[in-house]
Amino acid sequence: MSNQQSNRFFFNVDWITILIYVALCTIGFVNIYASIPTQSDSSVFNFSSNYGKQLIYILAGLVLGFSILLLEAKFFSVFSPIVYGITVLLLIMVLIVGRKVAGNQAWISIGGGFRLQPAEFAKFGTALLLSRYISSFSPKFRDFKSILFAALIIGTPLFFIMMQPDAGSALVFLSFMFPMYREGLSGYFLLIFLGMIVLFVADFLVPMAVLIPIILAIGGFFIYQNRRKQKVMFSAILVTFVAIAYLFLVKVAYEKVLKPHQRTRIELILGLKMDPRGVGYNVIQSKIAIGSGQLTGRGFLQGTQTKYGYVPAQSTDFIFSTVGEEWGFVGCFVVIGLYLFLLLRLINLAERQRSTFSRVYGYCVACILFFHVFINIGMAIGIVPVIGIPLPFISYGGSSLWSFTVLLFIFLKLDSNRMGFI
Amino acid sequence: MDNLFNRKYIVQGLFIVVSLILLGTLFYIQVASDRYFLSAESNVLRKIYTFPARGIILDRNEKVLVQNEPVYDLMIIPNDFKAADTLKPIDTLELCNIIGIDMIKFRKNLKKSTNQSLFQPSIFEGQLSVEIYQSLSEKLSRFPGFFVQSRTIRNYPDSIASQFLGYIKEVSAKEIEKSEGYYRPTDYIGKSGVEKSYETLLRGKRGVVRMLYDVHNVPKGSYADGKFDTAAVSGEQLISSLDIRLQKMGEELMKNKVGSIVAIEPSTGEILAFVSAPGYDPNEMVGRQSGNNYMKYLGAPNRPLNVRPIAGYYSPGSAFKPLDALLGLQEGVIDPNTTFNCPGGFRAGSLWVRCEHVDGNIALRRGLARSCNTYACYVFQKLITQKKYKNQKVAYDEWQKKVRKFGIGDTLGVDLPGERRGRLYDEAYYSGKYSKYWGYSTVISLAIGQGEMATTPLQMANIMAIIANRGYYIKPHLVKGIGTNRTIRPEYLKKNYVGVDAKHFEPVIDGMQDAVNTSWGTAIASRIDNIIMCGKTGTVQNSHGKNHSVFIGFAPRDNPKIAIAVIVENAGYGSTYAAPIASFITEKYLKDSVAVYKRAQIEWMKKQVVLPAEPKPKVVTPKPGDSAKVNTPPAGKQTIKTVIKPKPAVK
Ligand SMILES: [Zn+2]
Repeated sequence: MSNQQSNRFFFNVDWITILIYVALCTIGFVNIYASIPTQSDSSVFNFSSNYGKQLIYILAGLVLGFSILLLEAKFFSVFSPIVYGITVLLLIMVLIVGRKVAGNQAWISIGGGFRLQPAEFAKFGTALLLSRYISSFSPKFRDFKSILFAALIIGTPLFFIMMQPDAGSALVFLSFMFPMYREGLSGYFLLIFLGMIVLFVADFLVPMAVLIPIILAIGGFFIYQNRRKQKVMFSAILVTFVAIAYLFLVKVAYEKVLKPHQRTRIELILGLKMDPRGVGYNVIQSKIAIGSGQLTGRGFLQGTQTKYGYVPAQSTDFIFSTVGEEWGFVGCFVVIGLYLFLLLRLINLAERQRSTFSRVYGYCVACILFFHVFINIGMAIGIVPVIGIPLPFISYGGSSLWSFTVLLFIFLKLDSNRMGFI
Repeated sequence: MDNLFNRKYIVQGLFIVVSLILLGTLFYIQVASDRYFLSAESNVLRKIYTFPARGIILDRNEKVLVQNEPVYDLMIIPNDFKAADTLKPIDTLELCNIIGIDMIKFRKNLKKSTNQSLFQPSIFEGQLSVEIYQSLSEKLSRFPGFFVQSRTIRNYPDSIASQFLGYIKEVSAKEIEKSEGYYRPTDYIGKSGVEKSYETLLRGKRGVVRMLYDVHNVPKGSYADGKFDTAAVSGEQLISSLDIRLQKMGEELMKNKVGSIVAIEPSTGEILAFVSAPGYDPNEMVGRQSGNNYMKYLGAPNRPLNVRPIAGYYSPGSAFKPLDALLGLQEGVIDPNTTFNCPGGFRAGSLWVRCEHVDGNIALRRGLARSCNTYACYVFQKLITQKKYKNQKVAYDEWQKKVRKFGIGDTLGVDLPGERRGRLYDEAYYSGKYSKYWGYSTVISLAIGQGEMATTPLQMANIMAIIANRGYYIKPHLVKGIGTNRTIRPEYLKKNYVGVDAKHFEPVIDGMQDAVNTSWGTAIASRIDNIIMCGKTGTVQNSHGKNHSVFIGFAPRDNPKIAIAVIVENAGYGSTYAAPIASFITEKYLKDSVAVYKRAQIEWMKKQVVLPAEPKPKVVTPKPGDSAKVNTPPAGKQTIKTVIKPKPAVK
């Protein structure tokens, strides 16, 4: 690489994003350090502890990230099918040789006490191939074939993830709908998904005998309104019947397919059960910890709920409760503000790309991060069911940190090369 | 046209909306509501209370009246016990063996504690002995959810002065509420006597240690480095004015009798003896049996829980006569030599007030020594018919105001709960009762301390203190020093003058001296060798049975050291019981021991059983706040009839 090239490279890389990345990793480290129940050896360089390990992960992540910046931008587009293939293979492998953790077969041991979670890496594999598909074939998702093809790309890893089963990671795959929407997928798809979620919730809160007449009434109203426009009227009839069928399907699926603990989680989140020391315990303790932070928090290492182990999975899935307790609303505001700024910036960066591949990939990155942030924080404050997915860059764990790093830095590399053609 | 570029804003808008939802929810649980903050506190914070030792009470010579004795309560937090028991069964049988109960009792206690509170500690088995405590404390770690809390209970080495000291009991729900958070269930509070009136000083200050606990209920040290912790501060020590020797002797002398002894040091108002008979052993109000004992005494005949010296109502009778003389001298209606004729009674209109004797011509000194009713009535007549007043009603009102200055008709402000006012009416009362048709003759029985007049034994003793002091009194009180600095309430240092000049006291005292020390005196039975005792007997008629025996007096005549009032109900003449009892106590106090030849009399006196015949006279039950009530006579309760016999008007 020539001098000129490297100058251009440093000039073109979006340092603001890297700054936010470093800030979030630092916040993560600080809060993981605070989450260790008893500090017998509180040296930062105690590498047998979680925070010691996280320090290694962060440093390794930085090396990984900057190595990606040194790769050729073309590489990602060209090798995307291969990367995708490898991640799918890993997902299959994990089903065969993986270790069971908390009921889910999600981990592959790679020696030295370190483990890999292939589902994390499947996200950017899928993102790369989806971007490649859209940039190569320019589908506008107006036809069934292109939607089916995209669904296949997303659905394959999704299928294996659901086999583990890992509901959290599977849910994140919904985020790929947004890049497709940006590239032409009808907004109705998003609305249908929204409608499905509303109906799903309503299914638990309102008895069938009330719900069905309401749907029939609304449906009837639209059918009557559009009685002269035959085509619209038929789709209204179709939607009404599909909605009712969906309600029954959800009920059956809920009772037959979901595991009991998943069922109770859903019931808890919908406020159907009060159970302070049972399944809802995690969320209640997390809410207590966050709520006790009040406006300005208890201060670094002063969080009693954190320190005395009241919140389970404190350094991984519920790391946000430490932020909430020790740094208060102000701290939460800063963290959510940083994420929002990052997400908005990623969308802006994506839109300035000349290549479709880079743009689609940028949207993928932003939306995957968005899903993680929304679900994780939502879960910690009790507005989303407990589905264990990490908070990007902050939660403890090498797999998640590295996969997010790779995800983000690939886009930064693409962005730094936005003037060139891929 | 669907411009795909614009979809960027929809996606970004979604990000912003979701972020706002998250922040809004966070704002609610962190800033707008403190519910979660409080839950966090209750998660980790346990307040552990340390109990202060209650203040001890000493007598005037610093001998112990009340002290503390440690006991150990086995406490339980039912939830902790149950949680640990499900995890790994606890050997409850062993625990039962150690503390000496069976499994049935164990389950009963557990249920009771669980009903009280699942998460708050409560007493599982109270007042374990030191031996049980020691063998238990070694093995306590094997019984999670249980702990031992040490506490002290009251102990009375001499088993005396129960009504003065009062007792402590577990606080009631109402008291907890009234204390605005000071008291907690299982706390003790003074319910009567000094324990009640000095509660805030005696109880001390509870200490609190705020401890942090982790999720496994392992203590993690103190909260905020103990910044908010407080140490228990022991209650203040009280030095009582009581003299154990006198108290003990008084209680023994009053055994099997009903009545009171009150002895006051005139110069200070300090109460030296405070006997209310029948009494009870204060130690019986402590410990596991206290509840049963309390109920036993509550329903016992002659009501041992009554505090007669401050709540018993008696007509002063002859004890009032010195006041007639004093007011007569002060007003100038008589001088010490003014003579009246006693033909064996006094005519007041259509009434005839009988005198015990036919005294003939009689002046002040002999009049008091002989306790002549006629003399007293003449003085009273002169006082009420003074020309300087518009009419007799005005004169009476002035008279009753002067009498009130002697502490009759109102509380004296002794430092005990339940003091009552006594009874003395103003002009308006009689005008209401008789319209305008009344005068001195209507209320003539007041002259001899009968009729519508009642005093407590404390008030009687206080009158003697006034005479001993030649004109003033200091509010009688039972606590002469609070704490190590021995502070005394300022109200107990102030001299209250009664409005009679000192010089007028000498002729009165002469009469009282003669009553005790001459052959014609009525109180000869209270004579003490080498000490000039001044006093008066009283025989108070009682409609329900035998007369009450009364003696009041002070000694020695010069520089008096003790003023005393003794009432023995239903004991007949004052000279039979009350006067000797008063003399024994006075002699004991002044000489440190009673003359040898009197010992047999003392033993005889102790053995006497003088209990009222059925139906027993009912004494007004003292109730807290009773003293604030209007002093109307309780209907149907003990009344004392005056010796008034209508006689045909003969001229
Ligand atoms: Zn006479």
